[in-house]
Amino acid sequence: MDDLLREFLTESGEHLDTVDAELVRFEQDPNNETILRNIFRLVHTIKGTCGFLGLPRLEALAHAAETLMGRFRDGLPATSASVTLILLTLDRLKAILADLEATGTEPAGSDDDLISALERMAEGSGAPMPAAAPPPAPEIVLPDPVVRELKPGEVSLEDLEAAFLAAAGPDESDFAAPPPAPIQAAVHEAPKAAIRAEPAPGEAEPARAEKAEGSENGEATAAATKNQTIRVSVDTLEHLMTMVSELVLTRNQLLEIARRHEDSSYKVPLQRLSHVTAELQDGVMKTRMQPIGNAWQKLPRVVRDLSAELGKQIELVMVGAETELDRQVLEVIKDPLTHMVRNSADHGLESTADRVAAGKPARGTIRLAAYHEGGTITIEIADDGKGLNLAAIRKKAVERGIASQADVDRMTDAQVAKFIFDAGFSTAAAVTSVSGRGVGMDVVKTNIETIGGLIDIATTAGRGTTFTIKIPLTLAIVAALIVRAGEHRFALPQVAVLELVRVDAGAQRVERINGAPVLRLRERLLPIVSLTGLLGQAAAGAETEQAGFVVVAQVGRERFGILVDEVFHTEEIVVKPMSVKLRHIPMFAGNTILGDGAVVLIVDPNGVARQVAQGIQGSGGHAESDVDEETEVADAKTTLLVFKGGQGSFKAVPLSLVTRLEEIECAKVEWLGGRALIQYRGRLMPLVPADPAITIKSEGTQALVVFSDGERAMGLVVDEIVDIVEERLDIEIAAERSDLIGSAVLRGRATDIINIAHFLPLAYDDWARGMKRPEQVSTILLVDDSAFFRDMLSPVLKAAGYRVVTAASADAALATLQADPQIEVVVTDLEMPVRSGFDLVAAMRRAEPRLAGLPVIGLTGAIGADAVERARSLAINDLVAKFDRSGLIAALAEINAAAVSKAA
Amino acid sequence: MQAANANGAETGATDDFVTVYVGETLFGLAIERVHDVFVPSGVTPVPLAPAEIVGLLNLRGRVVTAMSLRRRLGLPDAEAAADGKVDPKMAIGLEQAGETFALVVDGVGEVLKLGADSREAVPINLDPRFRNLATCVHRLDGRLLVILDVDALLGFTAAGAKAA
Repeated sequence: MDDLLREFLTESGEHLDTVDAELVRFEQDPNNETILRNIFRLVHTIKGTCGFLGLPRLEALAHAAETLMGRFRDGLPATSASVTLILLTLDRLKAILADLEATGTEPAGSDDDLISALERMAEGSGAPMPAAAPPPAPEIVLPDPVVRELKPGEVSLEDLEAAFLAAAGPDESDFAAPPPAPIQAAVHEAPKAAIRAEPAPGEAEPARAEKAEGSENGEATAAATKNQTIRVSVDTLEHLMTMVSELVLTRNQLLEIARRHEDSSYKVPLQRLSHVTAELQDGVMKTRMQPIGNAWQKLPRVVRDLSAELGKQIELVMVGAETELDRQVLEVIKDPLTHMVRNSADHGLESTADRVAAGKPARGTIRLAAYHEGGTITIEIADDGKGLNLAAIRKKAVERGIASQADVDRMTDAQVAKFIFDAGFSTAAAVTSVSGRGVGMDVVKTNIETIGGLIDIATTAGRGTTFTIKIPLTLAIVAALIVRAGEHRFALPQVAVLELVRVDAGAQRVERINGAPVLRLRERLLPIVSLTGLLGQAAAGAETEQAGFVVVAQVGRERFGILVDEVFHTEEIVVKPMSVKLRHIPMFAGNTILGDGAVVLIVDPNGVARQVAQGIQGSGGHAESDVDEETEVADAKTTLLVFKGGQGSFKAVPLSLVTRLEEIECAKVEWLGGRALIQYRGRLMPLVPADPAITIKSEGTQALVVFSDGERAMGLVVDEIVDIVEERLDIEIAAERSDLIGSAVLRGRATDIINIAHFLPLAYDDWARGMKRPEQVSTILLVDDSAFFRDMLSPVLKAAGYRVVTAASADAALATLQADPQIEVVVTDLEMPVRSGFDLVAAMRRAEPRLAGLPVIGLTGAIGADAVERARSLAINDLVAKFDRSGLIAALAEINAAAVSKAA
Repeated sequence: MQAANANGAETGATDDFVTVYVGETLFGLAIERVHDVFVPSGVTPVPLAPAEIVGLLNLRGRVVTAMSLRRRLGLPDAEAAADGKVDPKMAIGLEQAGETFALVVDGVGEVLKLGADSREAVPINLDPRFRNLATCVHRLDGRLLVILDVDALLGFTAAGAKAA
């Protein structure tokens, strides 16, 4: 792409953005001639340059838009429809420009739709215009006092237009009609141009051609302006910035050396160097500064569109657009700002009807303000809407389990409001009834926090909501606290640091709750994390925590202390990015070179905060969980043996069912009648592959999972024993294979849970049959809320010769008991949601005599003293630990024996 | 060495290599890729970093990531490293994708001009770590020179480093 084209792209992009904003202004203030002139001129420039560069598509579009705008100037009222049409045209222009930028050529395609619409709009209402045009023209031009004095070298707009009329070949026919009147009229206004009293088209062409070319620089035509600004590529500036950063570092190093040497002859020039460097740094920083208005440019258009879309009247007030900040920062906040303004318009402001009903002005206001404050920029986005519905947010926060009811009640309104920044916290549902795009406020917050910014909310019911964003001026140089942890120094960005606390073994000491260090700070507990611990360095742990400093930091809502060994000083450091090889380490934001030339790592407070939060979740869960939770956890977790079986897939079996894990020599496997057997503990044990895909190895060693029952044992052949995991078991897919119960996710891996009941008969044809004691067939009702345990225990009980009926809850069990008079024994899980096993037994005992007298075996995760007590009071025959299969069988046998003897 | 040089001169098509050694093995790096040879000092270790990375150091105002060729090749650190604090002897400045890396080696030899006649393919019985990093082997007088592929050398990721 040649330079000319690139420059054109940059410039046209800027012009179109301006036109966007100006058009919206013009729509509200259709009599403002200055705005219209400005728009007209910009579109004209684009058109002219397109013709010059040979971009017919752009030219035709710009021309059509210009024609319509020409009509506005001639007095055609600027209706909302026509402005929308022009805005659409601008969008198309932008799209073409984007393509042009990407490919270097104008994309193929037709704009006839827009062009004809524009022409229709221009002509349709313009039908009476040809006659009407001349009279209104003077009216508009005469009261125009705003025309500024032309600067030397500047050409009047009319001249340019005339030049274009003369130059633009294909457009001539369209332009012939309207222009003469305005030109003539205007010429009298512009003193310089008045020299040429009758600038009829076609005259003085060479002169105009020159000027037409000058017009490509649009506003910058003025020679004076031209000399004062130049376009410099961002890369050049970035490079300059890097070099100055290096210079700052070198100066710091020199100062450090000078401090150590007494030789004063250095001092004066060094002082001077220091001074110049500081100024240079300032100067270069300035080149990176851009007015925040650049990020706001698109907002008037966004609000206008939203206003039409939502049927609300919205006014956008922008204050402090000239406030400057680093362009890197500007890039980052651009999208969040747009998001937030949309959000204010969509959710913040009420509908016009609601506003009127509430006695507010019908037109809602969104106020955007920016100003410098200390070393930071403050941006406020305020709406005068109804404010956040804090009650709804509180409710939602509790529902979503983000905070407990007690926490929520204790929180201040400002704290509650911040919940809307939580990921997935739908502002639409929580805050307004207006459904709409759920704008991710969490993304906004994340974006702002990545650049070390803060976001705050203030809201008053019925009066509106104000978001306050504080962001640093620049990212390239930050103030950092230099600390020592272990043997090394680290830099902690000061924006995150609230205060420093010295800790020792005395009054201010670090205490521990279940191993998690905390500090009492002004009657509040502060979670502490040791920097050395975080970085996995020598766990000198205990003794380092006795003395040192706690850097109290805050990231978002999270406040925590970082324990370091020593704090040195603060230093302005130049942030250098981490090497690509190290960027995956979340703990570091970058690195820098200190005054003494040493490289130190910059600790990322966000990364630390995430680690702290994880640590808190881990230990805090234990600390807070009361008895109920504890049993629930114990109940829900199952210990499983994970192994690889068949094509590398993971399979698991409850460890409680496993007797032993063995590794056997393959040479010892014997084959009898096509079945693999091994001599195991003086007996023959059949080997069964855990998956059809597994073949018993012929050499080396073979891993086995041994299951035994009484004197019988079976070896399940697996590829490899992987792990023993304790996890909450959620069987997700009920497999259609009889050898699997289903699949569950264990340690993040999809794992098949095998059904041992399938394999036992494979080992011993008579495993199930042989155990049956036909004279004693009794029916058992198995009650357990977990499908897994029902599936697990049923085959075991069936194998032991019982008929098994299952129920998933106490209520279902009662119903089954009523319906099935054959049930002789109830085996129930005692810990079930809604109604526990105890409730079930209590209900049975109160019921008809048949049920009241039924023997009951209780299954429980933990047999505690009070469980035993309660069981006794309910006449539960036996309590068996949940995984104790043989215990259960024994208990059942005992009941049967008792029943038999009673019967006898 | 002279023989090798002479041979190179005769065949015409020669490549220049900077030789470095690690333990007893001599390695060669294409000279176009070598930007610097320096004594690394003041290395700041990076906690949680892949094992290959020794740390960061300041090379004339630039932060450079130092990587140990020994660790990259799966060799133990030099004997004196028992206390973990031995100063690496030499480092080679390499550049990849605009970033500078320092390859820490036991020592730096000379620059050799080598032709195709002494070049051999990488023997297949070499340790896979060597095989993956080497492009070819040159027969020198009395010893062998393993030519390393700089991109492969620097082309490890965090995950790859863990797996290796």
